Amino acid sequence: MQLIYEKSVPGRRGVRLPASDVPAAPELPAALRRKEPAALPEASELDVVRHFTGLSRRNFSVDTNFYPLGSCTMKYNAKVLEEAARLFAPYHPMVPLLPHGSSFSQGCLGLAYELGAALAEITGMDEVTTQPLAGAHGEMTGIMLIAAYHEAKGNKKKYVVVPDSSHGTNPASATMVGYEIITVPTAPYGDMDLDRFREVMTDEVAAVMMTCPNTLGLFNPHIQEICDIAHDHDALMYYDGANLNAILGKVRPGDVGFDVIHLNLHKTFGTPHGGGGPGSGPVGVKKQLVPFLPSPRIVKYDDGCYGVDAPAHGSIGRTSGFFGNFGVMAKAFAYITMVGREGLIQVSEQAVLNANYVMHRLKDVYDLPYDQTCMHECVFSAARQVKSGVHAIDIAKFLIDRGYHPPTVYFPLIVKEAIMIEPTETESKETLDAFIAVMREAAELAESDPAAFAEMPRTMPVTRLDETKAAREQNVCYFGC
Amino acid sequence: MSTASYCPNTPEEVREMLAAMGAASIDDLFQPIPPGLRARSFDLPAGMSEFEMLRRFEHLAGKNAQHLAHFVGGGYYDHLIPAVVDHLSGRAEFYTAYTPYQPECSQGTLQALFEYQTAICRLTGMEVSNASLYDGGTALAEAAMMALRITGRNRLVIDGAVNPFHREVVRTYLANLDVELVEIGPKLGMEDDLRLRAAIDDATAAVLVQNPNFFGSVSDFRKLAADAHAAGALLVVSAYPVALGLIESPGAMGADVVVGDGQSLGNPLSFGGPSFGFIASRKEYIRNLPGRIIGETVDKKGQRGFVLTLQAREQHIKRHKATSNICSNQSLCALRGLIFLSSLGAQGFAELARLNYDKAEYAKKVLGSLSGVEVMNGGATFNEFTVCLPTIAEEVVTALLRKGVAAGVPLSPYYPEMERCMVVTVTEKRTREEIDTLARHLEGILCS
Repeated sequence: MQLIYEKSVPGRRGVRLPASDVPAAPELPAALRRKEPAALPEASELDVVRHFTGLSRRNFSVDTNFYPLGSCTMKYNAKVLEEAARLFAPYHPMVPLLPHGSSFSQGCLGLAYELGAALAEITGMDEVTTQPLAGAHGEMTGIMLIAAYHEAKGNKKKYVVVPDSSHGTNPASATMVGYEIITVPTAPYGDMDLDRFREVMTDEVAAVMMTCPNTLGLFNPHIQEICDIAHDHDALMYYDGANLNAILGKVRPGDVGFDVIHLNLHKTFGTPHGGGGPGSGPVGVKKQLVPFLPSPRIVKYDDGCYGVDAPAHGSIGRTSGFFGNFGVMAKAFAYITMVGREGLIQVSEQAVLNANYVMHRLKDVYDLPYDQTCMHECVFSAARQVKSGVHAIDIAKFLIDRGYHPPTVYFPLIVKEAIMIEPTETESKETLDAFIAVMREAAELAESDPAAFAEMPRTMPVTRLDETKAAREQNVCYFGC
Repeated sequence: MSTASYCPNTPEEVREMLAAMGAASIDDLFQPIPPGLRARSFDLPAGMSEFEMLRRFEHLAGKNAQHLAHFVGGGYYDHLIPAVVDHLSGRAEFYTAYTPYQPECSQGTLQALFEYQTAICRLTGMEVSNASLYDGGTALAEAAMMALRITGRNRLVIDGAVNPFHREVVRTYLANLDVELVEIGPKLGMEDDLRLRAAIDDATAAVLVQNPNFFGSVSDFRKLAADAHAAGALLVVSAYPVALGLIESPGAMGADVVVGDGQSLGNPLSFGGPSFGFIASRKEYIRNLPGRIIGETVDKKGQRGFVLTLQAREQHIKRHKATSNICSNQSLCALRGLIFLSSLGAQGFAELARLNYDKAEYAKKVLGSLSGVEVMNGGATFNEFTVCLPTIAEEVVTALLRKGVAAGVPLSPYYPEMERCMVVTVTEKRTREEIDTLARHLEGILCS
């Protein structure tokens, strides 16, 4: 499909602006003035509408396709969430920061505060900041809070411990904050190797970052012990909330001994991910970390009004522009409000049921490296298919032709040829049965005609793309930039 | 099922599924969780229908002041959003998609982001752009980290006229690293960059500036760029994208990295988010750019297609050696920016900038003519300017808020020595009548 720049016709116009109701001002000095207008597309409104409608049709999405991406919780997003968020679209974030301005923003401040309170209850934490703009941003914020805590106590800490099954953002976030990483391997039973963990735990460890259930979809039964060992060294426990969908109402990280948690509102609380974002990554903390929370902080006064606190002594400062991705927060709060206590419990129950169902129905045809009851996702390996030359990526492309977004492949890195499936709670048994049938078909085809995979996918606008060429030639901007 | 959990399976189907795996109940599936670890509390209200929820949300939104006339900026701006932006970006195939990890079934998102990267390069005068960062402040912080990596130096010079919120984000990001951050205090009304130029030394990784700056002043950074380059440092410019319809691009002024906040390009105020941050640079720095980059390539049949490229820089492959920890970005907001720019087009975008300029110049003249009100900017400004009043600016802003006008951003919280000053922002949405009303109210308060 042509680029919008290739469809551009000099002089063609789209949206028109209001006429000016003020006199034209004298020109800017020549040195400051742009010589030529930026070479943006010149298109009619209908050109623009057809172009982007055309592009949208080249995408898979949750609304059009089953999207069982492991570790990413791609559930159905209720349509009304968008309407709820739109109610807050006109409000400027500077208003509550003006003197006496918070009384003009009680709705927005109240929503952010009450969402934080609900998330604190859901996770068992004492307080939540909504400021981080995505999960990884929340991780970094959480590690900054941990660094501030240690600094205030005069602790000399150098390392952050992560299991090798962790999300790549965990080590990257801790490094951004200046820590060195110690990686602990996974034991054959699928959890962090406890003996190895004990060996690396010294007083120089600032934090241990865990995902529980982990990226293999397994709940670590030793999690309490891990928290205790960490705390013995005054290391704090960081909970990566990416997989929280599995345990809503069942386990609260705060009760188990975690000190910091980030949440991915777009995962657990069902707000759309927009093809790569926006997300929202609130961070919950236990009491000892509250003084370090980012500013500005939204507070509730005794009279029931909401306000913005002056930056507290000890605060790590601002981690982003204002109060967080408020539009995403509004959608998440609308979701929590509608689904309610019982609904949230049902979410995790049905997500776990669906994942185990898929696991049981496929484990005779795909290798299951960690054969245990799983939580919300299960991780297979295509090792058996590789013997006939068919790799996880080939199975992924087969699925695309059959109308399914592929599961996550090649992650977690510790499973060779990983195929990581997370069906979520919003998929029906029929959808799962149909998906299972197609996965079984892929396994059969891998035996009967492995060469057939080479030409897949056939049904998409493009066939397999040359990623090496893209990296080598680096065409990242249409010519003429 | 009485709750709105969006779980479709009927009790009968649940029984069938449990039977298929030989489990007696859903509780059996939670056996891996030791009983002692079960939630001690889960005290949340019962759910409700979407109609009830919306009513509650309407009530909540009604607690915000309605119909405030915004003369406040501070990094977020009240601009027009053409209807096509909501309609097209709201298409479910864009809206409910995930990160384009499987390129064949994500060409829509990938091509749109490639077109977005192109638009950002053309606006900023840069050669390469990524597919978006979180917001303007975090983009500036990422640019600072990028400069540290590129130069191997650990000193940064930042202009005190850079948005104070963005400076604070930079400080937060750098707090735990071995970096010296030198902030050069601004002098209102003096738009020269001599103080910045004098602060550059052989250890400086980059100079960070903003154009127009927080006070609304537009600067020519060519000399600053030359001095930075002579010392082996980079020039990082934070730019207000709407201004780029009228003022010279940072690239033409010698910038090496350009960042900014894309909110003004088709994203609603939404109480501060979501928006998107942009970052663009010269091509030689592409491997140091944080976040996702979309590249053009061909498929097996030789047809053009787009993929996530240079992923070996990213956290999901490089883990602790990645260029940044960013994973989710702000793709949908970046898409909104692209649709916004495409629907205005080259001419419309230049006109938009001109409208902002003309309206602010009108407001500058009207407010500047009031007795005791002084416009402080020494040179050119774009859609914002700084006025000093005969009295405390915070008190004036409070009094005007009660009249339904958010008159400006008082400077005292960020520059304590400027307690009589405020920054007034005028976008294309402010009518002459609103500007005149602001002036009338301001005059009334100053006279009383």
